[in-house]
Amino acid sequence: MSRAKRAALSVAVVAMYVAHQDVWFWRTARPLVFGVLPAGLAYHAFYCLAAAVLMWVLTSVAWPGHLAPDEDAR
Amino acid sequence: MIPALIVFAYLGVVLYIGVFAFRGARGAGAEDYFLAGRALGPAVFLLSLFGTNMTAFTILGSAGHAFANGILTFGLMASSSALIIPLTLFFVGTRLWALGRRHGFITPVQMFRDRWECGHIGTAIFAVQAALLVPYIVIGVMGGGTALRAISGGVVPYWLGGAIVALVVMSYVFFGGMRGTAWVNAFQTVLFLSFGAIALVVIGRGLGGFSTAMETLMASPATAPLLTRERSSPLVFLSYTFIPLSTIAFPHIGIFCLTARRMGQFRPTVICYPLCILAIWLPCTFLGVAANAMTGVPRIADKLEARTTLAAAPSSMEADERAALRREAAGDDVILVMLEQYAPLWLAGMLGAGIMAAVMASDSQILALSTMFTEDVFAFYGGKERFGEAVQVQTGRLFVVLVTTAAYIVALKAPQNIFDIAVQYAFSGFAALAPLLVAALFWRRSTKWGALAVTLWTAGAVLYTARVPGALAWNGLLPVVPMTIISALLMMVVSLVTRPPSARTIAKYGWPVAHA
Repeated sequence: MSRAKRAALSVAVVAMYVAHQDVWFWRTARPLVFGVLPAGLAYHAFYCLAAAVLMWVLTSVAWPGHLAPDEDAR
Repeated sequence: MIPALIVFAYLGVVLYIGVFAFRGARGAGAEDYFLAGRALGPAVFLLSLFGTNMTAFTILGSAGHAFANGILTFGLMASSSALIIPLTLFFVGTRLWALGRRHGFITPVQMFRDRWECGHIGTAIFAVQAALLVPYIVIGVMGGGTALRAISGGVVPYWLGGAIVALVVMSYVFFGGMRGTAWVNAFQTVLFLSFGAIALVVIGRGLGGFSTAMETLMASPATAPLLTRERSSPLVFLSYTFIPLSTIAFPHIGIFCLTARRMGQFRPTVICYPLCILAIWLPCTFLGVAANAMTGVPRIADKLEARTTLAAAPSSMEADERAALRREAAGDDVILVMLEQYAPLWLAGMLGAGIMAAVMASDSQILALSTMFTEDVFAFYGGKERFGEAVQVQTGRLFVVLVTTAAYIVALKAPQNIFDIAVQYAFSGFAALAPLLVAALFWRRSTKWGALAVTLWTAGAVLYTARVPGALAWNGLLPVVPMTIISALLMMVVSLVTRPPSARTIAKYGWPVAHA
């Protein structure tokens, strides 16, 4: 994996970690997303979806195939 | 009683899967009993790994925590886990799997002993891991007692519910080993993943939609803060992102990583993990919060009244009285109460079975303790050589019985609610042990003395915080943060001033010797 890719993935992981600390929705329940989900809860629900996307990118771009070379050969 | 009968039928099915469906492996060796022959397929690996990590507090504790603390619960434990746990599986789990496959390790301690060329220090790590794992097992038994009591409307008392759950879990772990446990876990995961969505729809329909409930909560100054996080601090929120580090350090997860047939099986697991978290935690948190609006349900009204009384209680109130109020206000059974109110009896029973599925996740921990004891103590100190592999497996089974019995006795005596115990002891302690794995796998200069320092520090810190709650809290951060950071620093400093492992070991783990 190139240095640029490694750096981009590292930034993405750190950004994702920072995004968990959503102080901007700290004291407000509105808007109610879909009419029922308070803003802070909806944010973290979407955060889980974003985490899944990040994991898909990581496993696609940075899969540690060298740990199981036989598997790669199959 | 119909829901209870359905739950008992479910327990019978679980027992059948665990005990009888995999008797083909009878008489097989230690690797087969403890690791399912390192041959689990991708679906069972994903479902079982997720199920293994979801315990009683996933459904009961999370809803109870949300009932008292609002939407904060989801960000604290669910979304932080959705990022950290798959990351650790991706970086650490895959490496553990590869080393286990290459060198035949069955437990993390075997890897530590080999990696750091140590014997008794490995035993110290085993002892601390085992001591921290027991409270986690207790949660399962407590959850079983709470759930069966609630589902049967009090007909099955807490002590009997806990005993039934402990007996069922003990039986299929005893007979089925890792293969039986993994299949039961996979079945249970499918059940409790379906539970959330169904419970949400049923309760929502019973209530006539959740919009009114949310507006009611928002309109009252007493409940409006439950829809925000204003009662908590961002530093506490940040602290909780350290808790999921515990997952990969839990021995049952480390051991489970070794059961995959191929490393590629980690790929779907890592990607789907955040989605599974979302599927189970969002409904439970949401329902826990919404329960605050159900003042027309007598048992929920009683809880709310107890909470109000507790909040207004003078500081002179007796500790016993305060504890009784706290128990009355606890919302661990709040979802069950809502189901009782809004779901038809047969459906409440099916959903009760879904709850039992999450509650009974202590099976993997019991098996892990047994695996660790037989491999890290019995086999390491010559038992396997002296008595043979068959006796080793029987010893593991005996250990399963002893551990389950001990956990049951503790569950009968333990006064605190599920969530508190889990966080206070097991999660913080294992998060502080996480630097062991990271150092062993990623830092060639790490040493056995660094590992010992981390282990002793973790044991001391957990004991200290258990005796003096919040003692290690630092500048608004929870104790888990300084505990983990100090662990990492100890590993670095002590390793740098002590002699590294031999060049042969460094090379064995894939690092260039010249730079060691």
